[in-house]
Amino acid sequence: MSEVNTKKLLTDPLDDNNPITVQVLGVCSALAVSGSLKNALVMAVAVTFVTAFSNLTISLLRNYIPSRIRMIVQLVVIAFLVTLVSISLKAFLFDLSKELSVYVGLIITNCIIMGRLEAFAIGNKPVDSFLDGVGNGIGYGLILVIVGFIRELFGTGALLGFTFFGEEARHGIDFLKHGFFNDFFHNGLMVLPISSIFILGILIWIQRSRNAELIDIS
Amino acid sequence: MSDLINIFVKAAFVENMVLIYFLGMCSYLAVSKTIKTAVGLGAAVIFVLAITAPVNWIIRETLLVEGALSWISPALADQSFEFLGLIIYIGVIAAMVQLVEMVIEKFSPALYMSLGIFLPLITVNCAILGGTLFMIAKEYSLAESTVFGIGSGFGFFLAIVALAAIREKIKYSAVPAPLRGLGMAFIITGLMGLAFMGLMGIKL
Repeated sequence: MSEVNTKKLLTDPLDDNNPITVQVLGVCSALAVSGSLKNALVMAVAVTFVTAFSNLTISLLRNYIPSRIRMIVQLVVIAFLVTLVSISLKAFLFDLSKELSVYVGLIITNCIIMGRLEAFAIGNKPVDSFLDGVGNGIGYGLILVIVGFIRELFGTGALLGFTFFGEEARHGIDFLKHGFFNDFFHNGLMVLPISSIFILGILIWIQRSRNAELIDIS
Repeated sequence: MSDLINIFVKAAFVENMVLIYFLGMCSYLAVSKTIKTAVGLGAAVIFVLAITAPVNWIIRETLLVEGALSWISPALADQSFEFLGLIIYIGVIAAMVQLVEMVIEKFSPALYMSLGIFLPLITVNCAILGGTLFMIAKEYSLAESTVFGIGSGFGFFLAIVALAAIREKIKYSAVPAPLRGLGMAFIITGLMGLAFMGLMGIKL
């Protein structure tokens, strides 16, 4: 495997082959947990961990799994890793795990993981599969963080606990006190999960305008 | 009885799996190109949800909750096996999907042919596992969780058929090229979701 191809495994899923906007995998959780930047970051890390290591495991086992029962084997590997994530979240970040509630468990059925196992890990070497998993996890995380950033900033006027916009900003950081930002009203729609659908639709629009190859012909 | 109807309406409309919780989005977006396939997938989801919700409920109550296994030995009286939940639920779902597939193949080959690949795909539909997890979070009884399963499935059916119908029509409109297909599907879903949010808080 040459240097260029290894790099491609990591960078392709970030844009041209993004799991969410191009492959349409893992949309469910992307919409539901992107309400704040913090949730999005934690979810991105969790999914990257699970994709990378399930890809690695399945790739190591790929010659020993009978193809008829491979779905069940894959599910067990994924479920094991997700249980690890879920338990460690409860132990170290209890408040956050309450907030993410069922969506941590739902990483199991996140189609990115299953999709990458089927499409890549089942027929490729362990190291490549691991990198593919990391790349796709980060590609997923990237979209999640962009959506989370927009939603939290415009929905609450704050980011990770620092206030930038609106009424509260007057009492906050000095250089923002007299800016036009103070007249900004929080956009209630952005707080609702529904806004992430529109943001994703617009992201897809932007991405496809830049890269005509991705446009649907049908 | 009115309790059960209330749960059904709530699961199907007010807390619609797809349009309010955004579960099962992947197959929802991928399989909604024509009405025919959408109806097939929707029906299969109703079926699987109606079976897995009560089965997982029974397994959880008899095997997993704290003290459920105390009849084996008193030492297990304060043992909880809920940490095994996820693995068991997904196993049940995979097995049920397989079972449903075999039953349909045996008794109605025509329906089996028309569903095709969508049956096995249901295993990784987040709406199914979501149904089980929500049912646990809401602490429903057996009857209630069965109705909840059917209701959620019906909600999915409604949403996917509606999107497919709109997508069939929108083919004839002048949508900007980069927005065609997936982008437009997202925005339509968003608008439908906004409409469904209007039902919030309704009680029978």
